[in-house]
Amino acid sequence: MTAVMEAKGLSKHFQARRGLFGGSRGVVRAVDEISFAIETGHTLGVVGESGCGKTTTAKLVLGLETPSGGSIQFEGRDLETLDTPGRRRYRKSVQAVFQDPYASLNPRMRISAIIAEPLVTNEKTVAPEVRHRVLELLDLVGLPERSADLFPHEFSGGQRQRIAIARALVLSPQVIVLDEPVSALDVSIRAQILNLLRSLQTRLGLSYLFIAHDLAAVAHMSHEIVVMYLGKIVESGEARALALSPKHPYTKALFAAALPSHPDERSDEPVLQGEVPSPLSPPSGCHFHPRCPHATARCAQEAPRLRPVEGRQVACHLFE
Amino acid sequence: MANKLLSLENVSAHYVSQQGTRVVRAVDEVTLSLDAGETLGIVGESGSGKSTLALTILRLLPKAARIVGGRIMFEGEDLVDKPAAEMRRVRGKRIAMILQDPMASLNPLFTIGDQVGEPLRVHEGASRSSAWQRAIDLIKSVRIASPQTRVAQFPHEMSGGMRQRIVGAIGMSCEPRLLIADEPTTSLDLTIQAQYLDLLRELQRTHGLALIFITHNLGIVAKMCDQLAVMYAGRVVEQGPVSRVFSQPLHPYTKALLGSIPRMTEEREQLTAIDGQPPDLANLPAGCSFAARCPAAFARCQVEAPPDFTVEPGRSARCWLAAPTVHASIDQTIPLSRSAAS
Amino acid sequence: MTVTTTPLAAAAASPAARTLKLWRLEGFPLIPVLILLLIAFVAVFADFLAPYDPQIGSLARRFRPPAWEAGGSMAHLLGTDHVGRDVLSRLIFGARVSMVVGLTAVLVAGGIGTLLGILSGYLGGWVDQVIMRVTDAWLALPALTFAIFLAAIVGPSELNIIVILGGVYWTRYARVVRGEVLSLKQREFVRLAVVAGCSKWLIMRRHILPNVLNSAIVLATLMLGVVIVTEASLSFLGVGVPPPKPAWGLMMADGKKGLMVGYWWLTVFPGICIMLMVLSANLLGDWLRVKLDPQLRQL
Repeated sequence: MTAVMEAKGLSKHFQARRGLFGGSRGVVRAVDEISFAIETGHTLGVVGESGCGKTTTAKLVLGLETPSGGSIQFEGRDLETLDTPGRRRYRKSVQAVFQDPYASLNPRMRISAIIAEPLVTNEKTVAPEVRHRVLELLDLVGLPERSADLFPHEFSGGQRQRIAIARALVLSPQVIVLDEPVSALDVSIRAQILNLLRSLQTRLGLSYLFIAHDLAAVAHMSHEIVVMYLGKIVESGEARALALSPKHPYTKALFAAALPSHPDERSDEPVLQGEVPSPLSPPSGCHFHPRCPHATARCAQEAPRLRPVEGRQVACHLFE
Repeated sequence: MANKLLSLENVSAHYVSQQGTRVVRAVDEVTLSLDAGETLGIVGESGSGKSTLALTILRLLPKAARIVGGRIMFEGEDLVDKPAAEMRRVRGKRIAMILQDPMASLNPLFTIGDQVGEPLRVHEGASRSSAWQRAIDLIKSVRIASPQTRVAQFPHEMSGGMRQRIVGAIGMSCEPRLLIADEPTTSLDLTIQAQYLDLLRELQRTHGLALIFITHNLGIVAKMCDQLAVMYAGRVVEQGPVSRVFSQPLHPYTKALLGSIPRMTEEREQLTAIDGQPPDLANLPAGCSFAARCPAAFARCQVEAPPDFTVEPGRSARCWLAAPTVHASIDQTIPLSRSAAS
Repeated sequence: MTVTTTPLAAAAASPAARTLKLWRLEGFPLIPVLILLLIAFVAVFADFLAPYDPQIGSLARRFRPPAWEAGGSMAHLLGTDHVGRDVLSRLIFGARVSMVVGLTAVLVAGGIGTLLGILSGYLGGWVDQVIMRVTDAWLALPALTFAIFLAAIVGPSELNIIVILGGVYWTRYARVVRGEVLSLKQREFVRLAVVAGCSKWLIMRRHILPNVLNSAIVLATLMLGVVIVTEASLSFLGVGVPPPKPAWGLMMADGKKGLMVGYWWLTVFPGICIMLMVLSANLLGDWLRVKLDPQLRQL
């Protein structure tokens, strides 16, 4: 198995500006030295609560933000060292589908133009070929040909998300970043889109970076899962194993807080107390220690590093 | 039943356009009931009428909508023809409601204490100082630390989870008998959501409160509710005790809905997707409104809407498959005679 | 796996068809629109409609009252002014001046403001800082005084008035458009366009501009009233359209001395014209704002 994309010690720090003259006051480590790999044809799921850095991670992968440290490697080559054609090739290989199907399509453009935009912008293609490609993609995502000449407002949320997927596919990318692709959709439509994404993955050999707050959906879609808390990875590993027997106390609490799929599965585990601290002043040592039921004096002083534990990576002093 | 806290009998609420040409059957012939201290989950997708149903119970429908039929019995009184002034005394005092967005539910210009104490002053004529004191107790009861200082703060000084608790405290201030929560946790993080649901459960236990959860999330129902009503296109298509419905859904829509949620405990290649879209409520099909998307639909479903069949005490479904006469075999060709409606 | 297709909205409505549907909606300000259309019609066909040359009068027939007053005649329906020019004819040609100056000045202001607003909002950083500080400074100046000052420097002419009004009023566009762009920039389709590899200029042209046009159009309709009043004020003060060209503001200025001795028609009729036009433009603008405002309208 080879990794199509790899992040090594990736960081993104923001200056928190305050005051009239923009005097800098503190740094927000939105993403703090994280490493992960997306295997070819696999889905890497990223879970965590607000402020954990999963959206910033997606932006870094998409090139919407530049990293403050670390690197992203694509097909074995460091992005930093790529020349202009190499960068263009990277940009074409990594596309995205976002959460809100109502905001992700320009209301003033026809569907054909929306889907074709990445193609027209990046490659010299003649009109009939573009049209052919658009129709091919509409068919692939399960929409009728005549959709091409309509405007976004004529479609429902689920149909719009199909259009957004078709657009993401037009350049035949290798990686698609899926940032909460179904959370804005109705329950019965979610399954349609998740099924579509899975079948496209097998048919086209796509790799996904899947970000969602619905743990069951992530577990269902992913081959590997990364759990983030305040900018750091606290646990990562094979999806099912991680979902069924989480190791890190935060992962445990997170999965315990997930809603049951059947009334008989109601858990009696105590609910994690407190809220996620402000990323402007994260706790010392292990960021999770103030909420952790197992925290010791050491946790407040020394940040644990990710270590292999039974075939997965856990950042916790309990597992040394 | 007479001792029910709340019972809805054939309640319909329709939106009528200004010209009177378009009638949207947002809530259509809904029959439901709830005991004191019980939790009912009303589940449906957007446009299923679940939020309109909540507004109907509180008689807070927008101008364009009207209750066109049925009775809403609450503690032995019919709310449908209660005068507006009396209805105001019911709202906030005996029936409270929590909305989805905690920021929009709080006025940024008033202190937490003023807002938590407001229902007490309106409904019980409490003085400002005694309302303030009770507000401190209420803030404590929703497990917010140092209520003495929190009470004088403003909404923007609190986190989202805390604000949602404050909204809960406002709902609880007059010790209502029934609390209606419309998607109360959709904007919250997972662990905060769990904390909040826990809190609601505790409040319910200590106050003998009945809860109605309006949600699209079957997980919340599985976690919190005793009874479940599934709404589709303005109608309750299936209802019953939660674990019975989850284990043995009667209506194909419920079945598909349960099959469409991914589960951590099992690995499936495909989820059960429900093809197509819900129908236009202003232009409902002649037969069952789910027939067009239903994998089990047969000829009769297209022409005649099924009545509410009671399958066992407390359990019913609006589906021909649940009818006593067709339960054994489904005849696809010969139209059946009209069976006895429940 | 198959994904079933779901029926789409049957009619593939084009934008033009949707616009047509918009007009049929309730609350359409029919009378204001008819008034504006009438003024536009009169302005275009002034040469055929006006009974007399608006710039040439005869002193023998000065200060004739309107036809229905004692001493009036059907020959001069709305009377004549201090040099014997027909008031009706001057009003008709005045409509042309108001329309031309009003529309072009709004267009100039809208063009400058929209362009700077988009640049400021989308590019951000120092570009934003510079444009917004200039806008702030501009807004701090009293518009009318500023316009008089500019007019006094460059001298009165129709073209100068247009340039001055455009130069004075672009700031409102810049403010409104910038705000709109800031929210559009956060919309996912703009972020996706970046992912798709579109350049900044392409994004501004294809994704930002068409989506701020609604607001710009609403603002233009509302600004039309403001601009026409300012033009009339400048002409009234003698730094606007140079005489003997018939502008409504200028007509009021010329007639103001006659007001004290009973020649009321010289000021009242142009006053009514200005009021009708400004009121109509504002009513139309208000309606458009409700209809086109993306906040109120579900896309």
